[in-house]
Amino acid sequence: MTHVSLTADKATGPVNTGPAVSIWRSIPIGAWLGVLPFIAFALMFLIVPTLFLVSSAFVDRAGNFTLQNIIDLGTEQVVNAFSISIRISAASAFFGALIGLAMALAIIRGRLPSAIRSTVMTFSGVASNFAGLPLAFAFIATLGRLGLVTVILKTVFGFDLYKSGFNLLSFVGLTLTYLYFQIPLMILIIAPAIDGLKKEWSEAASTLGASRLQFWLYIGLPVLWPNLLGTLSLLFANAFGAIATAYALTGSSLNIVPILLYAQIRGDVLHNPGLGAALALGMIAITAIANVLYIVVRTRAERWLK
Amino acid sequence: MAEEFLRIDKLVKTFGGNAVVKGVDLSFQRGEFVTLLGPSGCGKTTILRMIAGFERPTSGTISVEGKDITSLAPNQRKIGMVFQAYALFPNMNVGDNIAFGLKIASMPREQREARVEEMLKLIGLAGYGKRFPFELSGGQQQRVALARALAPSPKMLLLDEPLSALDAKIRVSLREQIREIQRELGITTVFVTHDQEEALSISDRIVVLNAGNIEQVGQPFEIYNKPTTRFVATFVGTLNTLNATVADAGAKTVRIGETTATIPALPTSAKAGETVALTMRPEAVALANGVDRDIMLEGKVAEVAFLGSVIRLKVDLGGNLVSVDTFNDQRTPPPAHGTSVRVGIAASDVLVLSA
Repeated sequence: MTHVSLTADKATGPVNTGPAVSIWRSIPIGAWLGVLPFIAFALMFLIVPTLFLVSSAFVDRAGNFTLQNIIDLGTEQVVNAFSISIRISAASAFFGALIGLAMALAIIRGRLPSAIRSTVMTFSGVASNFAGLPLAFAFIATLGRLGLVTVILKTVFGFDLYKSGFNLLSFVGLTLTYLYFQIPLMILIIAPAIDGLKKEWSEAASTLGASRLQFWLYIGLPVLWPNLLGTLSLLFANAFGAIATAYALTGSSLNIVPILLYAQIRGDVLHNPGLGAALALGMIAITAIANVLYIVVRTRAERWLK
Repeated sequence: MAEEFLRIDKLVKTFGGNAVVKGVDLSFQRGEFVTLLGPSGCGKTTILRMIAGFERPTSGTISVEGKDITSLAPNQRKIGMVFQAYALFPNMNVGDNIAFGLKIASMPREQREARVEEMLKLIGLAGYGKRFPFELSGGQQQRVALARALAPSPKMLLLDEPLSALDAKIRVSLREQIREIQRELGITTVFVTHDQEEALSISDRIVVLNAGNIEQVGQPFEIYNKPTTRFVATFVGTLNTLNATVADAGAKTVRIGETTATIPALPTSAKAGETVALTMRPEAVALANGVDRDIMLEGKVAEVAFLGSVIRLKVDLGGNLVSVDTFNDQRTPPPAHGTSVRVGIAASDVLVLSA
């Protein structure tokens, strides 16, 4: 009897507990614990604030639902701010991408000593994160009215930079300052894509009669194109959301969206948190479009390079 | 008389003081399929890359149809090349890949499209023109690479280990297809491989290279059966070695254990009492079931490997382990491990190689 009973227990045991155990075993608890800090961080500093901003954009000072904040996005001042922001971001992204691509091509495919590549990549890692107050100060100290380069140009070469029309606290000045972190960011992002261009492609093209120019025209640039376009949108988003550098450099003299937004939240005169939230919503929409574009074209590039 | 097409004279290539190709002289006939065979680092790919123009020789010349092309840029040489890793342009579909060289040569669109169709038929991929490289298998990609290289009707075809990245079955079928196409077009072809079976099966002639030097040039039959150096004999195919003692150098007799044999290949410089290494291919050694050969030896089966159509036995002949290849006969099972056997060797199949 005992023997039969034991056999029955053994036989039924796994059948009853099996599915429950397999469900628990199928959940990688350790892996989820690993990504928990990221989830918490994203919730606290991205998702919850975004939801708060979205809801604030549709609420007036008394706490009632309104579309006035969204309608106010159409005022001349706000439209101008978006226009300047988009132009500065587009200019710094375009020139950053162009110069960054040229530099990346030179250090990776230009047969320069390998030390040059590692030096530029290390510098790019640092410079792409060098923004805000220190960057603004660095540019004021070098290209400001009494900056080192401005003074040297004037005293040594007799060239007055500011009389020639240059102004650091302007569209051109801010774009130039942004390029300081946009170019290194471009180098860092595009370098793996350039590394992915196989040497055999250019060799195959040359045996088929193609010149170097024809290789770049028909193969090199088209292969890099999705990456270039994607990186361009990422650089655009990067510049569009920057405030610390712009604010430290120009104060409130340049009417860009982040500065206008800052004035709505902190300013004594322009204080309008609802409009600030609507401005933020507009910025989120534009950066989201840029990032979605980046993801789409990148996915396409990766499909090609499988 | 065959016409010389490609000529390489005293070709040397050094990388940072290290000589990779050490004064190679070669001549290729028009329409010939020549394989550069050798182990990694022997210089075979470097020679091919110098013919293509990707590497500039340190010294020496390369001539095609009597014209020196040593300093000519790769895009001026009218050479088709197929790479180990396919190297198809990923942004172009199969048709555009094949048409690339024609487009560069400014061929009108209609002619280009007709040529692409012709090439697709030639490689057995008609209807694949709109597919992208990532949608094809490795074998299909390599066939497209071959079509792309051949489409502009190059003067010469260079194949840089084109089968290495493919699995065994596709490798065999593709090499047969490559050879068939090469014969059909009559294009002079230089093929680089480290796979001796591939080289033996596909080539008109084989150039065996070792450490930047040519060891032997010859037809597959010569390279396999009449190797002139120990390197060629051991690198190409399996080689058995039997230690023997010279009995009478003048009479070309040696002693292998208790057996005395006459070896026609024994050099006259051999001295009585000297130990020499007799070498022979596994198929030159036969299980002596009623067969009588010049040299009959007793041994024990040490290993039995069933290779399909062939059974390879390893027989211990008094301390010498000798491979014996015998055809598979389903009515006669191979001798079991440890069985005593007699093996026979024809003296004419024995080579005495210098060290």
